[in-house]
Amino acid sequence: MIWVNVVVQGLLVGGFYALFACGLSLMFGVMKVINLAHGDMAVVAAYAAVFLAPKLHVAEVWAFIVIVPLFALVGYLLQRTLLQKAIDRDPFTTLLVTFGLSVVIENLLLEIYSGNGQSVNIGALIAKSWQVNSIIYVSYVSLVVLGAAVVVLGALQLFLSRTSTGRLIRAVSDDREAAQLCGANYKHIFGVAAAIAFATVALAGIAYGIHTEFFPTSGGGNLLYAFEAVVIGGIGSLWGTLIGGVALGIAQEFGAHFNPAYQYLAGNILFLVVLAIRPQGLFGRKGSLNE
Amino acid sequence: MDGASKEVPPRADLLVVNELSVYHGQLCAVDNVSLRVGEGEVLAIIGANGAGKSTLLFTIAGLHRQKTGTISYRGDDISRLVAHRRVRRGISLVPEGRRLFNSLSLEENLKVGSHKAAEGPFDIASIYALFPWMVDRRHQKVLLLSGGEQQAVAIGRALVANPKVLLLDEVSLGLAPIVIERLYEVIPDIVRQGIGVLLVEQDVAQGLRVATRVHCLLEGKTSLVGTPAELTSVEIEHAYFGSDLHDTPSASETS
Repeated sequence: MIWVNVVVQGLLVGGFYALFACGLSLMFGVMKVINLAHGDMAVVAAYAAVFLAPKLHVAEVWAFIVIVPLFALVGYLLQRTLLQKAIDRDPFTTLLVTFGLSVVIENLLLEIYSGNGQSVNIGALIAKSWQVNSIIYVSYVSLVVLGAAVVVLGALQLFLSRTSTGRLIRAVSDDREAAQLCGANYKHIFGVAAAIAFATVALAGIAYGIHTEFFPTSGGGNLLYAFEAVVIGGIGSLWGTLIGGVALGIAQEFGAHFNPAYQYLAGNILFLVVLAIRPQGLFGRKGSLNE
Repeated sequence: MDGASKEVPPRADLLVVNELSVYHGQLCAVDNVSLRVGEGEVLAIIGANGAGKSTLLFTIAGLHRQKTGTISYRGDDISRLVAHRRVRRGISLVPEGRRLFNSLSLEENLKVGSHKAAEGPFDIASIYALFPWMVDRRHQKVLLLSGGEQQAVAIGRALVANPKVLLLDEVSLGLAPIVIERLYEVIPDIVRQGIGVLLVEQDVAQGLRVATRVHCLLEGKTSLVGTPAELTSVEIEHAYFGSDLHDTPSASETS
């Protein structure tokens, strides 16, 4: 039963990783942009939930209703301006620009909100859990986050495969020039993909802020796990990202079961093993956005 | 060199390229080229590898910028228009190497092609009428299709946008002669709709068979213009390979 608990807890953590990673996966799949500021954007969303939502008279737990659309808008605008300018030059510039963004965001947060830890306060709900038996406790918050991850990834997959905008996103991801020859404004499509990516990272950031205490510098570590989830699952595959996040979560819980110090080590070892044995990831095909 | 087009009965000019020069960095890929394509006309651009044919088509489609010269479409200067706006005006390019969307099915490729379509004779159903084999395979990934089938999809994807000018780049490249013949069978159907076709061919014989006029490029420059009937094979050979093969000084000057 102890092992069942390890898997259950891993699954719950994995849901968060998947939610966190899907925006990264989407931006890489469509724009070939590795957004090094992805983790920091999540932290910004968490800060927004704590400091911006009360000003707008929204309870912190419902903050996502305001912050998610706001992030989508920011994502679109950032893509159409700064990121597009970087993409027009070369991939290395893009990497540097997102790295620069990451540094700027961290320092702005430090400047404005200091280095003190914050958390998104949702009241007594945070401590509530569903006791399956004497060993397994399932936290409601974790369950909601896992559910949100499945719903978001599923909806995103449906959007990409069934709608005409989703089809255009896949077409642009396959061949940007050919898409232009079909009348598509690829810059706008890039903007739409960035808007979706930022909306999901906002959701992930708020979930993170509810879960744990966060600091202006929390982004970097989260970015690492998001990367690992994306690579384990296979770049460009959204379901792969979910499986990757869950696999990473289970590996970490497994390591932590032996010794809390082994938690992240076990996750990193899984990442390295996948990279060595199956570099394209569990569900990855080369290059393009699947299905 | 406009002499040839003046002999053709006056047709509305769809596309007029005037003294166009295009550079790849320092290299002049297209050097002061002028041409015009009218309704229902097939202009074949022939020339060796590296003569600037594909660059010319890419520039007309808007994916390359010219250094000097203008491109106009139905009297409007479109030289500064971005590629996707030229498609909406009515210029579609079937690029060399097909460039299909490999993770999309056949039908999805056509749907992307038609998502900003103008009013006109072509829709997805009429492409299926043109290539009946597509119906049974419309849900297949295009990666599973043969080279000839992929080329047909590429042509279909351009046609569903209902262009008035269709640019075809090396349709025959890497395909078996019988497949090429079948692909070229649809050209009369296309031209009958009043569409002007500008096609690039390395296969000179193929170009001459379908063209109403021929435009030969040599190292980016116009080396010969005329109708297939009035050009002799010796003239074409000179224009294609350059004049240093046989020393006839007139070849470069008559262009």
